[in-house]
Amino acid sequence: MAEIRNFTINFGPQHPAAHGVLRLVLEMDGEVIERADPHVGLLHRGTEKLAEAKPWNQSIGYMDRLDYVSMMCNEHGYVGAIEKLLGIEPPIRARYIRVMFDEITRILNHLLWLGSHALDVGAMTVFLYCFREREDLMDCYEAVSGARMHATYYRPGGVYRDLPDQMTRYEKEHLGSEKELLYRNRARGGSLLDFIEDFTERFPRLVDEYETLLTDNRIWKQRLVGIGVVPPERARQLGFTGPMLRGSGIAWDLRKKQPYAVYDQVDFDIPVGTNGDCYDRYLVRIEEMRQSNRIIRQCVEWLRNNPGPVMIDDYKIAPPPRAKMKEEMEALIHHFKLFTEGYTTPEGEVYFAVEAPKGEFGCYIVSDGANKPYRLKIRAPGFAHLAAMDEMARGHMLADVVAIIGTMDIVFGEIDR
Amino acid sequence: MSLEERLDDLEELIEEHILDELCEDCSLKRERNELTLTVPRDRLLDVMTVLRRKAALGFDQCTDVCGVDYSAWKRSEWEVANAPNTGFSRGAERDEPLQPAPESRFAVVYHLLSISNNWRLRVKTFLDDDFPAVDSVVGLWKSADWFEREAFDLFGILFKGHPDLRRILTDYGFVGHPFRKDFPLVGQVEMRYDEELGRVVYEPVSIEPRVNTPRVVRDDCRYNPDGIEPPAREEAADG
Repeated sequence: MAEIRNFTINFGPQHPAAHGVLRLVLEMDGEVIERADPHVGLLHRGTEKLAEAKPWNQSIGYMDRLDYVSMMCNEHGYVGAIEKLLGIEPPIRARYIRVMFDEITRILNHLLWLGSHALDVGAMTVFLYCFREREDLMDCYEAVSGARMHATYYRPGGVYRDLPDQMTRYEKEHLGSEKELLYRNRARGGSLLDFIEDFTERFPRLVDEYETLLTDNRIWKQRLVGIGVVPPERARQLGFTGPMLRGSGIAWDLRKKQPYAVYDQVDFDIPVGTNGDCYDRYLVRIEEMRQSNRIIRQCVEWLRNNPGPVMIDDYKIAPPPRAKMKEEMEALIHHFKLFTEGYTTPEGEVYFAVEAPKGEFGCYIVSDGANKPYRLKIRAPGFAHLAAMDEMARGHMLADVVAIIGTMDIVFGEIDR
Repeated sequence: MSLEERLDDLEELIEEHILDELCEDCSLKRERNELTLTVPRDRLLDVMTVLRRKAALGFDQCTDVCGVDYSAWKRSEWEVANAPNTGFSRGAERDEPLQPAPESRFAVVYHLLSISNNWRLRVKTFLDDDFPAVDSVVGLWKSADWFEREAFDLFGILFKGHPDLRRILTDYGFVGHPFRKDFPLVGQVEMRYDEELGRVVYEPVSIEPRVNTPRVVRDDCRYNPDGIEPPAREEAADG
């Protein structure tokens, strides 16, 4: 009789369902996975090493490029760690703006996750629906920072600037007809806050739309229910955070348990799964989008009624206003020092974590009192999740691997750093 | 219960279960509402086992493990404290060799989280330069697996008892440990496709390292918002 051996296949690094550059070495027994060995690092850029060679503020832009679908949450983690090290707190308005944009970012991330997850599993339409809404949210990014994705909007001590009074609008030359122009600009007549409010009114119905397509869909359920089950004990052991942990039934959310910014002043609920399978994690994330919507509404309400500064009034850390620089010697010196040397932090080490859409995004900073970090370690949630690939995929069929990669919400920018 | 109260409790528990009962050489420090426990490397596994297993402490998650290389600690590229009569230094010209403290060049830093008690702890252990090795904690927390592989890859720290200590982030066949302070930022090799050989070849890097902003260590606390009194400075050299 011929010898029967297990078959090893290479999944990726160029595979549409690998979400970037995942190389997965799978040892198969027929259609069943015996062992999964993810090879990561194909997108390793050495962000942490680069940050060691730059003044504190110049690395904020790198944070956007870590988890490149939840940009501002990464900035929040890094900027928050610097603020903790310096012992400063941004003004209340800046903290509300941060919470609002963190939640916009969460919706952005979950929309991309939902679209690509559904696409991987075989539902094309959801992807198109999700990207329609992402467009509106990226316009919000553009309105505050000038960039659609890599915003560099959060700065130590606050945010770069206040929310604009005028939402960005489409111009005629880029569009065919007057009718099209009016349609595109229909919600853009007022300020950014008006636009966001209009979005939050539309959004719950849009989530219903996605749910109509998926939640009770027989094929969707067949592909997801009972796949990649992680019991709560294992989820803790494997270092899961965020929706991956909550999908297993553990009500843990840093926004509630260790509140930062103004999360202790807004009202929202934490959805929790029961079975710990892919379907529960899908339900958790869908509900998170609705809760984020709720938080955004509260922030819009607050921000409308409470004008104020968005940056701390300390020119050692934040640059002085342009007009002041033309008048005052001190302001000019501060500006010069800030943009050449930067500021130095006190000696010490801090760890600051935020609840990013994918889980706990933490920054561990060691400072020796210089104008650059001595060591920056980024704790990316996806890294721990992908490490559990072997355990989650073992015993499943090859097609389920795609569903498991999808449910992990993997982005290689943050895993490889 | 507020964060401060929780940390008070944790501090007491650690003093009772670890400092008193288990390991007198450990030290506990509280700064910026974060607790750091420094453990001698040979006692690490004992201490970690207690932190994991003792229900009162309940550290059920290992959030992060990372290495730190202390060999360039406080090294400044620009002399700023004194103004000698020759003028200020021009910055970024230092070529001094690194001066690692041989006993404690590396540190491995563990961040632990207790979901049930909602507190965090940082555990730190220092390793020597010759043979940086420490016991692996994969047996206690599965999540430490990849984190330890990363620390091995980037710093060359060995974890005794790790089931699969391979490189993880760097390229296949990579030489060296890139996050050590003596590894240049521009790297050591560059890669290009060779037409004649018909394959990718590696060559020594052709770009020069450069410093846009010199590294400056200022001890005068001028940026410290708390306004802590600056330490006494040495008199400037007579001009």
